[in-house]
Amino acid sequence: MVLAEDLAKQQRSISVAEFFEKNKHLLGFDSPTRGIITTIKEAVDNALDACEEAEVLPDIFVGIKKVDAEVYRITVEDNGPGIVPENVPLVFGKLLYGSRFHQIRQSRGQQGIGISAAVLYAQLTTGIPTQVVSRTGAKARAHRFELMIKTETNEPEIISHEEIDWDRTHGTRIEIQFKSTLAAKKRLVDYLRLTAIVNPHARITADIDGEMTVFERVSGEVPPCPKPILPHPHGIEFGALKRIAAASTGTVEEFLIGSFSKVGKKTADEMIALANLKPTRKVNKLESDELKRLLDAMQAVKVPAPPAQQCLSPIGEDLICKGLEKEIQLDFIKARTRPSAVYGGHSFIIEAAIGYGGKVPPEGTAQLFRFANRVPLLYQQGACAITSCASQVNWKSYGLSQQGLPMGPVLVMVHVASTNVPFTSESKDAVASIPEIEREVVLVLQELGRELKTYLYRRDKKKQQDDRARAICSIIPEIAIKVSEIVERPLVDTSPIEGKIMRKVVAKKRTVDGKVCIDVNNYTAKEVTLVLYNLSRDAAEDAVPRPDFVDSMDGEYNKVWRRTLDAGEAWHIAYTGSGDGSVDLRGVEDGVKVVVDLDV
Amino acid sequence: MSREEMDALAKERLVGIARTWYDQMRDGIVPFIRLPTRTKRNIAYDDATEVWKYGERESTRAASTEKGAVHLLKMAYLIGFLKQQLVENRSSTLRELYYISEGWKKAKFTAQDESNLLIEDLEIITDVQREAFHLRPEEDGASLFGPLRIRENTRRGAKEMHCQDDVGEAGYPIPNNVDNLEFIDHDAKFVIAIETGGMYARLMENGFDEEYGAILVHLKGQPARSTRRVLRRLNDSLNLPVVVFTDGDPWSYRIYASVAYGSIKSAHMSDILATPQAQFIGVQPSDISDYNLPADHLTEQDINALKAELTDPRFATDYWRTQINLQLDMKVKSEQQAFASRGLDFVTKEYLPKRLSEMGII
Repeated sequence: MVLAEDLAKQQRSISVAEFFEKNKHLLGFDSPTRGIITTIKEAVDNALDACEEAEVLPDIFVGIKKVDAEVYRITVEDNGPGIVPENVPLVFGKLLYGSRFHQIRQSRGQQGIGISAAVLYAQLTTGIPTQVVSRTGAKARAHRFELMIKTETNEPEIISHEEIDWDRTHGTRIEIQFKSTLAAKKRLVDYLRLTAIVNPHARITADIDGEMTVFERVSGEVPPCPKPILPHPHGIEFGALKRIAAASTGTVEEFLIGSFSKVGKKTADEMIALANLKPTRKVNKLESDELKRLLDAMQAVKVPAPPAQQCLSPIGEDLICKGLEKEIQLDFIKARTRPSAVYGGHSFIIEAAIGYGGKVPPEGTAQLFRFANRVPLLYQQGACAITSCASQVNWKSYGLSQQGLPMGPVLVMVHVASTNVPFTSESKDAVASIPEIEREVVLVLQELGRELKTYLYRRDKKKQQDDRARAICSIIPEIAIKVSEIVERPLVDTSPIEGKIMRKVVAKKRTVDGKVCIDVNNYTAKEVTLVLYNLSRDAAEDAVPRPDFVDSMDGEYNKVWRRTLDAGEAWHIAYTGSGDGSVDLRGVEDGVKVVVDLDV
Repeated sequence: MSREEMDALAKERLVGIARTWYDQMRDGIVPFIRLPTRTKRNIAYDDATEVWKYGERESTRAASTEKGAVHLLKMAYLIGFLKQQLVENRSSTLRELYYISEGWKKAKFTAQDESNLLIEDLEIITDVQREAFHLRPEEDGASLFGPLRIRENTRRGAKEMHCQDDVGEAGYPIPNNVDNLEFIDHDAKFVIAIETGGMYARLMENGFDEEYGAILVHLKGQPARSTRRVLRRLNDSLNLPVVVFTDGDPWSYRIYASVAYGSIKSAHMSDILATPQAQFIGVQPSDISDYNLPADHLTEQDINALKAELTDPRFATDYWRTQINLQLDMKVKSEQQAFASRGLDFVTKEYLPKRLSEMGII
């Protein structure tokens, strides 16, 4: 067995740092272009999480500067609570070190590998240590570290540590230099924009190689920080049960009531009876097969859903709309937050929004924005459950064409908030297909689809009315001129048609030979009092009748007439001018007025 | 009808449309017009005239939408223009008309198809052909050759000529407006309409017209309106049988169909354009095997076209079903000039005389 002995000499344990050094793609460092985005994403996620915990409005600076041909310096600075000096080397210099791994609540980061992976990536590509400055409050001085990671042991290596003065009273700043490119600059800006959309309380300032962009906040309220909850009996696996049971000192009953959410005495007793255990048994003395029985019993007994309000922080319908509107110009926007739901003992809430028109590209498939716990998902759209749900919905019944995703100037946004977002991989790019989640996503998109359909219907109807108004007020008079000429009879009066068809208050502006004419006809059966606004570059000093009020600004004149018109009465205004500008009619309900600018 | 009477009728019918609109507008009605729906589904066989005409379906064009209003505006400008043209005794081509609309602002045509369609609409509404509006088609009519004496009313006065003795090798070119044509006398027994120029020249060279008393008419592929009208008139007023001689492929059968049964696009004029008595002389699919003619394979499109013809009501006769199914079995097609493989005289000495006597024409 010489061979086995030889082999044994080569066998040794691998540190996590070593492992990730060889498997960078698992953490989103598969290419230099992606490295920048992943680093910024991890640092910004941490910053936002920290600010929320400290209940401060996030003010985050992101800097990217080219230091030589291939090396970029990434800086991310926040106004969060800072990190106590003892922990700084661990947070940045040790993989799988973090505060949120053992907590059950919604947060952006979870495993504590993201930012330390970036530190690792930096030392691999440039060998330059990462700089961290952190200050925990006005009373403390700031600490500045230069850090690296010892890959063999996965321990931080402090290159230097000093106390310095820093103008921020609290916060953290990290500077990492690694080999990369700015090829994916657009995607990077997209990432920041998307982050700003789902974090409308954050201000993000970006300086990308000298180019400044500010994503301003639209909400002055810090969202309440989700509180950790106890694990739910339905969401626990054998290994975890065994571990927490071993660390517990109480009886089985005390353990069940004290270590899990939504388990009271009645539920605990039911589980214990089903598992055929004595309630007084010390839980740390249970045998493996007894624990297994207990686990089965915990799954079998009905337990209310975990307290979602406490551990989740959905964005909310109003803020989703505000967030989207500030970054993307839209004609229509509607958001929905679904009631909380559960999969495998994990709470989740689905939120979604649908936008239409405006600056959304009119051609091609819809833009799909995916988010998980307020973090944009940039890659692997095709592999994501959100995408497949959006394709499953029958958009044709909501008035959109469809090729998988809906087509046209449509924007679909879906946010999955959960204590445990089921990602397909560690790089957290795509949500896995969990039937409970998929059901909620489809439902919310269907709700929004119905809203969109109503909007499109109203818009089309409005368009039809405008189209009709233009035909009747502008083209029929031209037909009348031509037809009268052909039949050699006096010009036929088309106002009966207007009146019969429109039954509204009709204002028409027309410019002929330097004369601007505005005709207002009250074709309704009631007397109306109206105010006519005409904004143009014409001073209209010779206007008949004289305007009741003229207001001039920057060479533009706003002329206002007030008038009461009997049912069927017509009113005519004329002045010398070029006929640019606009006409508006107020004091009449939208449904009974038509304003046509025949000069357009 | 004299030229003056025709002009007056055309003008009256056109102005009539404008008068209807005038009255509609005066009465507070959004101007509109009704037209038969111009689709394949709205084509019906008319027993009395034995041609295919538009059916009962109608569509209304009203000025109640911007699109509809602009359509009527264009028609109004067009009517105004045509009226002027009639008053001034001028004429123009379809192409010229399209360009004239440049100055019509909102009523300007966006493509020639649009003005052509509007003209056809006016033909349908007024029941007057576009020649009566003094509109000339672009394309030349085809030509004819044979023992026929005609008188043509030209702009430079009436010209009389014999279509064998007074014309050259190219034959007599059929004018665009066939109404200006008068048949004086003839010595013919039948009319043979020929798809290709090569075969037309072959028959002429071989003296087929003289030997059998045939009027040769060159179809030039899908025949122009004037050519179809001449065939109809030769059949109608001179009582001459008409036979159609084409290639042996599905597209040529459609040429025959448009001569004999009328086309969808001009179904409103089938009774003056179609010659229901016209018979198909060849090339028949059975001829390809009977005479062992050189043949090409049917393409995918050929096969689809043949299958479409099997469901076309115009081809729903035993003769056509048998021939088309035979061709689908053989999977080949032949051109009419394939007869030359059996000698240059074969077609005039053997094939046509045999077929004509089978058909009871000679």
